[in-house]
Amino acid sequence: MKKLRVLLSVLTMAVLVLDLGRAYAFCGFYVAKADTKLFNKASKVVLVRDGDRTVLTMANDYQGDIREFAIVIPVPTFLERDQIRVTENKYIEHLDAYTAPRLVEYFDSDPCEQRMYFLSKAGAGIGTMASRLDGRDAALGVTVEAEYTVGEYDILILSAQESDGLETWLRRNGYRIPEGASSVLDSYIRQNMRFFVAKVNLQEQSRLGYTYLRPLQVAFESPKFMLPIRLGTINADREQELFVFALTRKGRVETTNYRTVKIPSDLEIPVYVKGHDLFGRFYRDMFSTAVARENMRAVFLEYAWDMAWCDPCAADPLSSEELRQLGVFWETGGAGKEAAQNVFVTRLHLRYTAETFPEDLVFQQTGDRRNFQGRYILRHPWIDPWNTQISPRTPTDSRVPGERREGCRALRASYHENLPKQREERAQNLARLTGWDITEIRQKMHLPAPRPGAAEGGEWWKWWKNFRE
Amino acid sequence: MLKAPPGSLVESIFRDPRHLQLLVLASLWMYGLRTFDFGMGLGVSLITIFAALAAQALLSWFFGVPRFDPRSPLISALSLCLLLRVASPWLAVGAAALSIGSKFLIRSGTGHVFNPTNFGIVFLLLSTDGAWVAPGQWGSGALLAFFFACASILVLTRASRWDVSFAFLGCYAALLLARALYLGDPWAIPLRQLQSGSLLLFAFFMISDPKTTPRSRRGRVAFACVVAVLGAGLTLNWFYPVSNGIFYALALGSLSLPLLNAKSPGRPYRWGESRPMAPRGSLAPPV
Repeated sequence: MKKLRVLLSVLTMAVLVLDLGRAYAFCGFYVAKADTKLFNKASKVVLVRDGDRTVLTMANDYQGDIREFAIVIPVPTFLERDQIRVTENKYIEHLDAYTAPRLVEYFDSDPCEQRMYFLSKAGAGIGTMASRLDGRDAALGVTVEAEYTVGEYDILILSAQESDGLETWLRRNGYRIPEGASSVLDSYIRQNMRFFVAKVNLQEQSRLGYTYLRPLQVAFESPKFMLPIRLGTINADREQELFVFALTRKGRVETTNYRTVKIPSDLEIPVYVKGHDLFGRFYRDMFSTAVARENMRAVFLEYAWDMAWCDPCAADPLSSEELRQLGVFWETGGAGKEAAQNVFVTRLHLRYTAETFPEDLVFQQTGDRRNFQGRYILRHPWIDPWNTQISPRTPTDSRVPGERREGCRALRASYHENLPKQREERAQNLARLTGWDITEIRQKMHLPAPRPGAAEGGEWWKWWKNFRE
Repeated sequence: MLKAPPGSLVESIFRDPRHLQLLVLASLWMYGLRTFDFGMGLGVSLITIFAALAAQALLSWFFGVPRFDPRSPLISALSLCLLLRVASPWLAVGAAALSIGSKFLIRSGTGHVFNPTNFGIVFLLLSTDGAWVAPGQWGSGALLAFFFACASILVLTRASRWDVSFAFLGCYAALLLARALYLGDPWAIPLRQLQSGSLLLFAFFMISDPKTTPRSRRGRVAFACVVAVLGAGLTLNWFYPVSNGIFYALALGSLSLPLLNAKSPGRPYRWGESRPMAPRGSLAPPV
């Protein structure tokens, strides 16, 4: 009994001693400047998930003839008419802007009075386009389990016994099925999945007066937390781009059958990236470089955040109403603008081919509520207002008297001494992240090329070059 | 078998399979610290290791075990660090304490029933939202798989429990391949499913735990196959889809252990006994 008492008291003490709480906040001020259509022909999917309930919203930026538009999506269950809705693009666009990688800007202050100033602007986003199969033809048997018209779409829920039948049926009904679809369809059929098939109903569309395709939204209950991507890769000779915005109650979402990797973040880059809408190009090239580094076999995390706030905000947090429109069924807040509670957003971005992503994406919700964002930093150097040169080695501020002036002089001198090194680091960050030519970057920054063999250059390990100079 | 002069470093590494296992786990852990974006991190890992050692020391003392042996809790803690992800360091402490606690408290006959790490992981997965296993985070690098396999074979030949690992992997692979064949999927799908780091870690270091596998070879192979069928079924949506079905499968399978051991006679496993020379006094099992 005595032993038990000792054991219990040791445990209590351990609990008291270990205070493991942790808080982490970002600081910085937002200036994003990314094009809204950075990644053309990318699919955007919003996945709302809690327990076994899923709401899937798919956005399109289908550019072709609307009569030719058709979409075939494997779904794990039968869908009733009221499980299917049509929603508005603006909600997804807002979510996209809220979660987009961001550029922040700092102005270095006089090293004598450390204080930060900021500037902020707005706007970010990405293009869209769901996996689709086009069609034109006639008809043949497969079980049409249901037929609905929802908004401007004609929707069929199909089940099939074998893929050949389904393929023929789809072909005859005007869906242009790519070669090789049969084996993938077969795999879904054998997993007891149904097929959700949608086409545009032109009469309804002109009656409703829409000139673009609105996102389709389906709600269903299934233990499977996955996203079928295989049909989209069959005929694609080029890479596909996909954004998944997951809205959950508990925490971050990750793929269980592919690696989830954080996008490089919190790096200082040269100030000129802000101009000429270069941030868009920067982000696109940075993403391509990251994809290449992982051999196109990873899913990238671009944002993970509690939706009640943001810091810095690329766009205002979504209102309760907007979240409900996206399918966040547990959100019961008022119709006002107040921020949502209990919604965690994860933005995943992947580029894939049939070879690098042979399997459908399988997700899991984790308990990880740590915040993460793709964030890139611009830092403007402090310029001595009394000596407009960029690198004044002798501060001339006559208002500062005696001793303090000496201290200031030293601080400013060391600040300016460090500047070229910091700028060189930023140049190298940019080159490493994007694969851009370092010489060109240095030219744009008006940065002299480092002396051949200088230790700070990329080849610091070639120490012997230094003493032979 | 490698022969090394008695008393040398090599000899002491090979004397007990746990030494080699510790080496392999520690190198994987260090690899993971550098590579995983969502790993446990150094701080939480150290807390886990400390908690496991503390739990072992406390419980050894409480149950009057004469000697504190750090090897077994270190293995459990490193396995936790490699497999488990937690939202709060407290959960890591809980996992370590539960793992070590299960070894002392859930016993049948002469040994414990559950593999300690497996028990800790399954308990946390079932009881809290703040713990999860990230099977995708290892990627599916063939090189890593190769490293695992080589290192593990070494470990297992010393522990004479290679039969469980290979029976499990063989059975699991056969099931995945059969499924791909049935669905008409390309081979790339089952092959990349098999190259998962957590699957290999499970097969070589968790299910093969000599303390929690049946004593007879026939029993062990049957045990491995049952776990493989259950695990594949759970992971691949046959009965009910869960990520990380193999861990639940092993916990379920372990429940049959007392029965299997009662049916097939055999001596309980003692660490270091696969060594031709007689085990030293210090090599007695930790409990």
